[in-house]
Parts: sequence; C-alpha cells; structure tokens
Amino acid sequence: MKETVFQWLDERLGLTTLYKVLLDRKVPKVNWWFTLGSANLFLFALQLITGMLLTVYYVPSPDHAYDSIQYIMNSVAFGWLIRGVHHWGASLMVLIVFFHMVHTFTYAAYKYPRELTWLTGVVLLLTTLGMGFTGYLLPWNQKAYWATTVGTSIAGTVPFIGEWILKVLRGGTDLSAVTLMRFYSVHIWWLPATIVAIISTHMYMVVRLGVAGPPAKDE
Amino acid sequence: MSDSDSVGRRQFVLAVTTFLGSIMGAVIGLPAIGYMLSPALKSSTGEAKIEVGPVENFQDGVPTLFTFTRTKVNGWEKTVNSYGVYVLREGDKVTALSNRCTHLSCRVKWNDEKSAYLCPCHDAAFEKDGAVRSGPPPKELDHLEASIEEGKIFILYKEA
Repeated sequence: MKETVFQWLDERLGLTTLYKVLLDRKVPKVNWWFTLGSANLFLFALQLITGMLLTVYYVPSPDHAYDSIQYIMNSVAFGWLIRGVHHWGASLMVLIVFFHMVHTFTYAAYKYPRELTWLTGVVLLLTTLGMGFTGYLLPWNQKAYWATTVGTSIAGTVPFIGEWILKVLRGGTDLSAVTLMRFYSVHIWWLPATIVAIISTHMYMVVRLGVAGPPAKDE
Repeated sequence: MSDSDSVGRRQFVLAVTTFLGSIMGAVIGLPAIGYMLSPALKSSTGEAKIEVGPVENFQDGVPTLFTFTRTKVNGWEKTVNSYGVYVLREGDKVTALSNRCTHLSCRVKWNDEKSAYLCPCHDAAFEKDGAVRSGPPPKELDHLEASIEEGKIFILYKEA
C-alpha cells in the first residue's frame, strides 16, 4: 500500500529524481566549514517562522509597538521564547553569514564557474544586514529609536544625495510613525521576498555546479 | 564495522537527522501552537465585589446614585468604563439597580417628585423597584446583587 502510494506520487512529482539531485549529489571531501550554508538556510527558516508568529501580536505603530511587545513577552504563552529565538537567531545569522563568506573567500570557492554564486551571496549578506537594521527599530524602545536615528544620520552624510537618502529612509525629516511603518514593511515583505528569491538562485547554482572542494596544492 | 547487521553510515545519518529534526520541530512547533491559542483560552473572571459605603450614608427608602469605573484589559489595550448604580436601602434590606435604560442604554435619573426613574431619551419611566411604568423599554432595569456586611454596603459587579 505504502509502496503504491509512493509510486503514484513519485511518477507525478519526481521525488526520487529530486532526492538524487538535491540530497544524494556527489560532494568532494569536505569539512565542517562546508556546513555553514546549510546552517544559514536553517536559521533563515527559523527567522521566517518566528517572525511570522511575531506578526500575530506585534503592531507597527508608535502607540502600540512597545506595549504589544510587552504583551508578547509577559502575557502570551511562549511569547518570550518565540521573540527570544527571533532576537538571538538574528544575531547568530549575521555571524554565520560572515563565517560562510570567510570560508568561501579563504577556500577561493568564488572562482570560475562560481562567480555568480559569490555575487548572489554578496546580495544575501547585504539583505541580511538590512534585516538586522530594519528589525532593530521595531521594538520602538530608546535603544531602537536612537540606533535608527544614528544609522539613518550616517546614511545622510553621503555627499550630494545624503539628505535625500535620509528623507527616503525616514519617510520625512524626523523619525516617526512613517519610519516605523516603512521599516516594518521592508522587514517583513521586501527583504524576505528578496532573500527567498536570491537564496533559491544561490542554491540552484550550488546544486548545478556542485560544491568547490578545498583547493589542491598545485592550484 | 564489517558486520552485515551493524547500522550502515547512511541509516545512522538518516536516524540522527530524523531524531534531531523532530526535536527541533517540536521545540518550535509546540510552543507556536500555545502562542497562537493562549489569548483565546484565557478565562477572565469578570466579577468584582465593590464597596459602596457605610449604611448611614444611604437615606432609608431613597435611591442614591453610586458611580464606579472598571478597567478592562484586552491584549495591550486598557478600556475604562464607568457605571452607575442606584442603591436603595430599606431598613436592613438593600437593592441595587443599574442606571442603564433597557431600551437604548441612556442613563436614567431618579425623580423624587414622580417617584420614578426617568429616561431623558424617550420619556421612559421605571418604578422604584425597576419595573417598567411607561415608555418603550422592553424589560425592567437590571438588578445587581447587593448586601450589607458589618455596616457597609457592597454590590457585586458582573461583566456583561
């Protein structure tokens, strides 16, 4: 029975092929450094799930942002856990993304034919940092407010177009409800959508081109 | 390692992955269910015993208005509602009537001359015991449980 159901599904979905191509693919003799990409994928999935859960109670408005988080932390069952995982997962992800990049760089894995994998990885590094920057404002406490004030001010020091960038980031000259809402929108829609699209491209190339093993002595 | 009945490398990896994966799934999945459901399952006890004041403050046979506020917390929002109750002491007996008209929730006012609670909105009148005397109200004024304990009057507020 189980066999028949599997065969029926396999014929239509190509599960065996997927398994062979994605999970059973040949990998050179590698070490623990090579697990960092998967670690990032796992952390991103974790951030996605906990983030979606947080939006159930969080309100991106100056009137309610702080209170709604207090509610999550103190009144909702396991709210402290969900938010804690999201908070620490974010820091850990930045760290692991960095180590992943250090590995790729030191092993020279960015060379032909993997230049595009490296370039999409650069975009993923920037979007991950963007997630950190936009997410930091959302608690709407003193630290969040002033960190974003400083961060957007730094962006404002760009020659000629600095003032314009500052206004675009803040949605006006001051940090306000508009700033909070656009950071929220970027944090839960624009950046995650971008990251999902680019991770897909990144991983497609990893599967297609295979993993670059440690460089040989004569390379 | 050469024994044919020993666990193969692939099987071992599969078993460990399944085991650890299940634990990780449960650690996030089970709290997530509680997280989603908990506010819905919280029971609120909307009952409160409110002290109205010493018996001697209430003239025998004359309904006296007592007002109080209740704070309701929904999630991170607090709503303060004010309520009015006519407390009537007759000897050792005490009754309490809500001042909310049963027609469209206007506040009724005791009128000594007419010996009735009058509603300003649609000219309704209620008897001293809360029964409808005239006008559109469909039922008598709401009663609240009231009691005298050690010379003090208490009413029991129940959330609607």
